[in-house]
Amino acid sequence: MDWLYMLMPIAGVKIFWPGLIVLGVGVGIIGGFFGMGGAWMVTPGLNILGFPMAFAIGTDMAHMAGKSLISTLRHGKFGNVDYKLGFVMLAGTVIGMEMGAQLVMWLERIGSVDKVVRWLYIVLLSGIAWMVFHDYFKLKAKQRAAAAKGEELDKSTTGVEWHKTLHKIKIPPMMHFKAAGIHCSLWLPVVVSFLTGLLAGVLGIGGGLIRMPALIYMVGCPTHVAVGTDLFEVAMSSLYGAGTFTFKGRTELVAAMIMLVGAAVGAQIGTVATKYIKGSGIRFAFGLAVVGCALSILMKLMQPWFPSIKGILDLAATVLVLGLVSLMSLYIFVRMVQGAKKEIASKKQQ
Amino acid sequence: MKKRLYRIWWALTTLLLLAPSWALAAGGKGAPVVIVADTRKLEGMMAWWANLYNESHFYFTVATVVMIPVVGMLFGILADIVMNWIGIDLKSRELAE
Repeated sequence: MDWLYMLMPIAGVKIFWPGLIVLGVGVGIIGGFFGMGGAWMVTPGLNILGFPMAFAIGTDMAHMAGKSLISTLRHGKFGNVDYKLGFVMLAGTVIGMEMGAQLVMWLERIGSVDKVVRWLYIVLLSGIAWMVFHDYFKLKAKQRAAAAKGEELDKSTTGVEWHKTLHKIKIPPMMHFKAAGIHCSLWLPVVVSFLTGLLAGVLGIGGGLIRMPALIYMVGCPTHVAVGTDLFEVAMSSLYGAGTFTFKGRTELVAAMIMLVGAAVGAQIGTVATKYIKGSGIRFAFGLAVVGCALSILMKLMQPWFPSIKGILDLAATVLVLGLVSLMSLYIFVRMVQGAKKEIASKKQQ
Repeated sequence: MKKRLYRIWWALTTLLLLAPSWALAAGGKGAPVVIVADTRKLEGMMAWWANLYNESHFYFTVATVVMIPVVGMLFGILADIVMNWIGIDLKSRELAE
């Protein structure tokens, strides 16, 4: 079975390469569907496969850039990417991330970085999960109320509509974003991207997990456009991240390329699946992913309080993340196949 | 008022573009840990790749940053062909929340 293991030229470790492909497929599906890079899944996955942590992060960045580019191209063809909005937000994201990184250095100097970052992560994820489910149930209530009156809701109706209040702030220059169908002050996406970038910089993540819901609830993008535009941001920022990590000598491109083989297939499945699922369905599944992610971090945070079951908690956190990735990927894959079958059958009938 | 807001907008854009370099300049330096790739067990392309890493991180970075989008594009085009062949419409979708 030696052929199943491959010597990585830079990290100098032997890796089970089919594991890289499977990980790539899973994260490709989820990334293409939710519009995020998925570092919270890949970095521990690579670490489990045998990569030292520093190489795991750099390799993840490199594969994420390629995978997000594939998904962006596909979403772009569906009209799900607002490039103008993406470029406007890119400036705020980069600056916010750099400032977040400086904030982390300051926290490091006063010696409380780990605690602050992990608890901030939990607070943030809980907030996102609450927002997503609150929106979902509010939409369902609106649908029920409309059905009781014998009416039907507009297809673009969402549960939470905070963006409508934010759109009333008319500070010039005003801008129109065609693909997203938004007319708002340029400051709105700039400020939102700066804040999400700042949080991502502090937490040391790509930011898709925060930016995607922010695009929906704050900027007012339709869910599909939020997913596509966020992927464009992820592709750009992770290419920059891959460059800096590689320059520091912490990227294993061979592993990233092997992962990309799987991720290319997965990204297509995830992206095409968005065609067959309503925005509220995407948001609900996203909420579940956020809850899973928060629980796994909570298990890691609890370890110092319960040293006797540290090993169990660590294992449970890993099983939870990998189980969540597998189940979600399977669900998205099944929905994509069902949707494609239906579409092909209806084409044949015509 | 409008003119003044436009001026503020441009001034802040310039500030935003310059801010990362200031932020980076303010940051402390990390410990210089150097990792060298062991090329003794490698052959062909792998040996060349590891040697490139050992000789210049700059060229290694340039090669990496160029290769990622190129490979991504190639896989994207390949998948396009396969999806079209299956019969999935890749140019339209219906937005529904």
